[in-house]
Amino acid sequence: MAVTDTAAPPSAGPGAGGSTVRGRDRTAKIILYAILVLGLLVVVGPFLWMALSSFKPEAEIRASPPTWWPRTWTFTNYRDLFARLDFPVYFTNSVVVAVLVTLGNLLFCSLLGYALAKLDFPGRRAVFLVVLGMLMVPGMVLFVPQFVLISNMGLANTYAGLVLPFLAGPFGVFLMRQFLLSIPDDLLEAARVDGAGEWRIFWQVVLPLCRPALATLAILTFLTSWNNFLWPLVVATTADKYTLPVALALFSIGQHRADYGLMLSGAVVVILPVLIVFLVLQRHFMRGIATTGLK
Amino acid sequence: MATVALPRSPAKHAAATGPTRRRRRWTGWGFAAPFVILFLVFSALPVVASLGFSLTDIRSTDLRNPLSVNVIGLDNYTRLFSDALFLRSAVNTVVVVVVGVPLTLIIAMAAANALNSGLIRLRALFRVGFYLPVVTSIVAIAVVWRFLLDPQAGLVDNLLRLVGIQGPNWLGDTSTALPSLIVMTAWRNFGTMMVIFLAALQGIPATLYEAATLDGAGRWQQFRSITLPLLRATVLFGAVYTGIGYLQVFEEPFVMTQGGPLNSTLSVSYHIYNQFGFGNYGYAAAASYVLFVAIVALSVLQFRLLRERD
Repeated sequence: MAVTDTAAPPSAGPGAGGSTVRGRDRTAKIILYAILVLGLLVVVGPFLWMALSSFKPEAEIRASPPTWWPRTWTFTNYRDLFARLDFPVYFTNSVVVAVLVTLGNLLFCSLLGYALAKLDFPGRRAVFLVVLGMLMVPGMVLFVPQFVLISNMGLANTYAGLVLPFLAGPFGVFLMRQFLLSIPDDLLEAARVDGAGEWRIFWQVVLPLCRPALATLAILTFLTSWNNFLWPLVVATTADKYTLPVALALFSIGQHRADYGLMLSGAVVVILPVLIVFLVLQRHFMRGIATTGLK
Repeated sequence: MATVALPRSPAKHAAATGPTRRRRRWTGWGFAAPFVILFLVFSALPVVASLGFSLTDIRSTDLRNPLSVNVIGLDNYTRLFSDALFLRSAVNTVVVVVVGVPLTLIIAMAAANALNSGLIRLRALFRVGFYLPVVTSIVAIAVVWRFLLDPQAGLVDNLLRLVGIQGPNWLGDTSTALPSLIVMTAWRNFGTMMVIFLAALQGIPATLYEAATLDGAGRWQQFRSITLPLLRATVLFGAVYTGIGYLQVFEEPFVMTQGGPLNSTLSVSYHIYNQFGFGNYGYAAAASYVLFVAIVALSVLQFRLLRERD
């Protein structure tokens, strides 16, 4: 910082002075690039190490000095993960739960978002404020009574129990309402003049216009559900209902705590789908943050 | 559904005042009802029930026998504040917030400024890279980091050994376990604030910096007297947003240390989870409400600070 503090006053003529400024700018730029690349290594390095190590035999993962590139490539870790442990089951559970939660939020949040943005009904303000307030309530406050409720409904350790508390999340309402407010009323009014009922307007006019917001909501909801940990940890009591993070966490602190290769390949299986979705659709993430100020 | 063409009926249009309006009110509830019902049952009810639970001695064994639950007033709360483990977890959690939030914001601010300083070419690449940990599962990341920090086989200590330093047993030592978790948490989370800071930085007019350069202000000086004051609200938002997240830290100690060694990484959330696991539902609910109050207090503080200066 002190180095760049001494900026020369640019009052001097555009001769030699200009070239030293440019020279210093180039040095600053090189330093900046170096810092950024180093930072990128620190952030992305663990992911690379994880991915590469998952293809190494156990002994090589533990070798000192460490190797980056696997000396021996092996698929044993992945074979064990899918054949010896029930990772196909956990993977399926994660997909089923995330898909159901996403569909639920797309439907329920756009319905309520539309009502809040475009329809006048008694209690509208109250509904909005209560839903908004729920954004602040942490899962830690909810999970004990939610568990009692789900247990009393006989839904502990079922897909329904895993999914139900997350079908209608406040974040989606907020997102959809914000987006729907930007749709001109005239458009809806025109459809009403044409005699279309509210349901028809919603399905045929509003929803098609909402595609960008729905895409953002779908991606963010899917990822949140995919990464969700506390609730499935509490509700899934037998291994056949574990989601991927629950299985990975419990194995990594339980019977497989020393199986590096196995657990690293497990982490790859948890991260890879998210990574692909993120890299392909990353502009939706940035938009999600931009619209709402948070994830 | 398939027909997009809308039938015209001018008769309906003419009558679109009294009765239609009233019908539309009910239509509004028709749209709102599915969400509201699910929301009331699975979110709003639990918020209230949690408070109710916290005033009783409800245990896991009472699930089948609700009549045996007794109201015990504030006993759970008084017990909490004489529970050495809870107090320990509260201190640990406060440390995570007090150290972790500034650390995260400083890294995020540095990264955002670096990416904003006229280096357009690779900005998207760096932004995606730095944001990557935010979208990945904390559990998976925690598993990876536990291995990275392993004293024998871990990459970190192996690299230190290459330069002749004997690294500590990061997660196995009471003095390094919590700092290790905090650094990892900052590593994972700074991307969110970086993206938000970057957006805010791009909203600052370039002419301000040009004028400051003409006045002979250096980069650090410009940052201090232009960037920071203009980003005050964003930084404050970031502090609260990040702080609320860190108050709930759970997965990291669960996977990496199981709260150890000697409870040095036990967080409030982890303590709540453990109490739930022991079947002490009322006690867990009380602890969760204390956490809730802390979160609300942090948000209120933000609003007050924002209002004071603006």
